[in-house]
Amino acid sequence: MIAADLLSPGLGLIVYQAIGFLVLLFILGKFAWKPILGALKEREDSIESALLSAEQAKNEMQALQADNEKLLAEARVERDSILKEAIATATSIKESAKEETSKITARMIEDAKAAIEIEKKAALTDVKNQVAVLSLEITEKLLRKQLADQKAQKELIDGFVKDLNLN
Amino acid sequence: MFKKKSVVPNKALFVSFLALFLLVVPALSSAKAYSGGGEEKGATDFILHHVVDDHVWHFFDGEYGTLYLPIILYSEDRGVEVFSSHHFYDEHHEKVAYNGYELGEDGHIAALDAGRHAMDFSITKNTAMLILTMIVLSFIALRAASHYKKNPKSAPKGVASFLEPIIIYVRDEIAKPNIGKKYEKFMPYLLTLFFFIWLGNLLGLIPGASNLTGNIAVTFVLAVFTFIATNVNGNKEYWKHVFATPGVPKPLLLIMVPVEFIGLFTKPFSLMVRLFVAITAGHIVILSLIGLVFIFQSHAVGVASTIMVIFINMIELLVATIQAYVFTLFSAMYIGAAVADHDHH
Repeated sequence: MIAADLLSPGLGLIVYQAIGFLVLLFILGKFAWKPILGALKEREDSIESALLSAEQAKNEMQALQADNEKLLAEARVERDSILKEAIATATSIKESAKEETSKITARMIEDAKAAIEIEKKAALTDVKNQVAVLSLEITEKLLRKQLADQKAQKELIDGFVKDLNLN
Repeated sequence: MFKKKSVVPNKALFVSFLALFLLVVPALSSAKAYSGGGEEKGATDFILHHVVDDHVWHFFDGEYGTLYLPIILYSEDRGVEVFSSHHFYDEHHEKVAYNGYELGEDGHIAALDAGRHAMDFSITKNTAMLILTMIVLSFIALRAASHYKKNPKSAPKGVASFLEPIIIYVRDEIAKPNIGKKYEKFMPYLLTLFFFIWLGNLLGLIPGASNLTGNIAVTFVLAVFTFIATNVNGNKEYWKHVFATPGVPKPLLLIMVPVEFIGLFTKPFSLMVRLFVAITAGHIVILSLIGLVFIFQSHAVGVASTIMVIFINMIELLVATIQAYVFTLFSAMYIGAAVADHDHH
């Protein structure tokens, strides 16, 4: 009797349970589980995407930092090279300036020497000329003094004529 | 600060005592009704009475302790008949015949005229319990759903925070690993199944409540639904596995095909029996322990029984959850076997 009672399903309950469960499945499926599962999925997706974008941002940050460092290094190298070049240029400018200066100096010295030579020559010519003039004047004065009397003149002419005869 | 802390345990203690009182007293009062004559016979009757379906809902003894549920009958000659089950009882609560029908010993309604037959669609105790379970479950689930509709991206609150971990557990631990990619389609079914069985089990533990999920009609219907969900969605490989099991020599198929075919039915059958037996057995154990008190009529047994009843009730809370989990898990596994892509063959 116990088993019979327990194991005999009531027809009414089977029907009501079937209808009841289907109604419950419909109501809950449409108005409870669907929105809840949808919201859960949406939330999980948004959390996941947030985490992903955070990771991405981190990576980008790192890339940016690496880029910055690279740029900085490049800048440093460039600065060094510019400095070096500048020093080199300065040195070469100094060098060439020195050379130029020495050249100019040399030329100036040369010019001065030439000028001095010319002046010297001119002065010597002048002195020679003056010496010639002076010697002419002296000769004239001397001649004038010696040939003042007749006898002296005759002696001179005789002298000339004697020379002529001999030849 | 110390004072404030001590308030909470006191409250908890009070609530648990109250629960204990509510748990034991109605059961004792109804047990008394049967303890009049032939105690052992009375005890089995009392136990059975609390486990099987009924046309009245008995809460406690006395004039107002019984809820008479409506009787709905359908017969070919008289059509639909609706009347209160009160008509089957006289003023001394003795069974009487009414309108050509009588209430049998086993609770089934039979026509007095041997030639007549009527189908019983009465709102029985379990049907009433079913409606109650549906209302409570709908209320809880819809309350939770409204939270998600209002603020879809915020953390759960209230009822939603209670349901969410369970829903996620069913999705991630039951549906996803057992069904695979197509799990989403079956989520509403599995969730409804889990919560219905769980809530039914828990409400059934309340003293005075009806043993809904421990009724074979209920577990039968649930198992049939899993059977339908499994076989309607079965793919080619599933049926091939049943009727032409790959890798089996032809002569052996003569044995294998019937075995596989019977297997289609034994799977849901095991679901039906497992839930029915687990819940009914738990109720019988609790009622037996209470029944002992009235057989031995001793204070010592009373105290021991009460302690044991509390203990078993705690276990029943666990069993209620485990059985809901197991039923859902196996349903998911059967469905999973039917829809899976068997690429490992």
